[in-house]
Amino acid sequence: MWKWINSFAKPEKAYWLASAMQPYFFAIALLGLTVGITWGLVFAPADYQQGDSYRIIYIHVPSAILSQTAYIAMATAALVGIVWQWRTAFMFISAIAPVGAVICFISLFTGAAWGKPMWGTWWIWDARLTSQLILLFLYLGVMSLYLAFEDKQQGGKAAAIMALVGVINIPIIKYSVEWWNTLHQGATISKFDQPSMPAEMLWPLLISILGFVGFIGIITLIRFKNEMIIRDKHRPWVMQMFAENSELQRLSASKKEVN
Amino acid sequence: MVSAVLFSVVKQDLAVAVRQRAELVQPIMFFVLVVTLFPIAVGPSPETLQRIGGGVVWVATILALLMGMERLFRDEFNDGTLEHYRFSPCPFYLIVSAKVITHWFIQIMPLLLVSPILVLFLNMTAQMYWALILTLVFGTPLVSFVGAIGVALTLSLNRGGVLLALLLLPIFIPLLIFATSAIDSASMNLAYHPQIAIIASLMLCAVALCPIAITYSLKVSQN
Amino acid sequence: MQSQFDSFSAFLNMGGYGFFVWLAFGITALSMLLITAHSLFVKQQIRKTVAQEQARAIRILEAREKRKRARQAKTVEQTESSKQTNSNLDIEQKD
Repeated sequence: MWKWINSFAKPEKAYWLASAMQPYFFAIALLGLTVGITWGLVFAPADYQQGDSYRIIYIHVPSAILSQTAYIAMATAALVGIVWQWRTAFMFISAIAPVGAVICFISLFTGAAWGKPMWGTWWIWDARLTSQLILLFLYLGVMSLYLAFEDKQQGGKAAAIMALVGVINIPIIKYSVEWWNTLHQGATISKFDQPSMPAEMLWPLLISILGFVGFIGIITLIRFKNEMIIRDKHRPWVMQMFAENSELQRLSASKKEVN
Repeated sequence: MVSAVLFSVVKQDLAVAVRQRAELVQPIMFFVLVVTLFPIAVGPSPETLQRIGGGVVWVATILALLMGMERLFRDEFNDGTLEHYRFSPCPFYLIVSAKVITHWFIQIMPLLLVSPILVLFLNMTAQMYWALILTLVFGTPLVSFVGAIGVALTLSLNRGGVLLALLLLPIFIPLLIFATSAIDSASMNLAYHPQIAIIASLMLCAVALCPIAITYSLKVSQN
Repeated sequence: MQSQFDSFSAFLNMGGYGFFVWLAFGITALSMLLITAHSLFVKQQIRKTVAQEQARAIRILEAREKRKRARQAKTVEQTESSKQTNSNLDIEQKD
């Protein structure tokens, strides 16, 4: 079992796994997003308090939840990379960081667009919005640290440490910001906390969350594969894989003719 | 043996700091200047200044400390001394911790010396000043230890200064929150022990965990 | 399942919140599209550069082989011609 898991430290094996998983994630993303968003936008009943503006929830909540999940996934990869020296784990970090940052940005933007009609302002220093903003900064920090290094191997390790430092801080940041928020402003907003969501509103939300999972998965896999090829472009397994490509077949065929 | 190595490291760092006095003074001047800018920007009314005082001092402190930290490992990284430390009989993380603590001491002392000026500039009460000193004493080691991770990570990059701030400022947000709230409580004559206790516990966690991260980051930078 | 909206314009209007709802969904779709496009663009770019580099490596190998063969041919020629001159000399000496 352990040996089997460990075999994914090799890029060729991880590449194969990523390729195998890709169609499933694609199907989940396509189905989940179309069904969840259409259901949420067209068929779910309007909220008795917020009217139709609440429909933003079908992208806001999935992106908010999953941007944090993606960070935890990144930090897990960082831990695996540092402890067991998996090269692929470092590649995974640089693959998922931009995706997580984009999802985090989406959650912030949709939060603002929801806040304008509900609270009357685009931005409010609400505890959740603030900690989400800090999460975006953490993502950007990991990405810019990785990009600052010429040597991608070294950059991947540095980004891994940064991701771990960030993940230790996330709960501290979350609680401190919540505490700060209750200290500085009275309970102004509790419109987000609906005690229980009716099933006809909840189902599309769950499906939409699944769709976002699929989307994050498929994009991360594409970027992960890109990263593996970039870093390993002179290694035999990439050479072999591309030798099966038409472009190179033509080249090698012309080479044979010369011979 | 171990203590002898540590002692020599500390002694050398202190000697270098004394010799390069300009490096020492610059962050402090920066600190005082930033604090001076705020009354000019927000207006000199004493109530406003008292309200924002704690936050201003803490933001300025974090920025000044980060500025001063850039040189923490740079010289020794460039001349290769850092490589030698790794092979000394003394554990690397102890040497690193000794360096960070020495650096913290060198930076915090002038900061505490100029802090009475702040009382005058920002119209602080004695209570607030006492709270400020306590948060500085307990909070700045956290800045130094966590900051050292960032310094170690950006060591092999040529232009790490802005990146360092970019990486670390989000991480200091909890510290900022608790420190300013302690000073706020003090200004209202309320108890501020809980905040000090939280800051101290965060600081102790950082002191315990950060040396591991710092040594690993240094290893990555040395490649 | 029943649609919540009577007409398409009512759907677009979103009970008066149309601007905010469509702004949120629009920006979300845009950013998702952008990152997808970027990932696919990078993928294509990488494939191209790797193929180019490999083609270059093959060309270098070919050129090296060709040069080697040419050199071999030359040396063979030289040795043969020198042999001939030698034999000529031998003949002359014999005369």
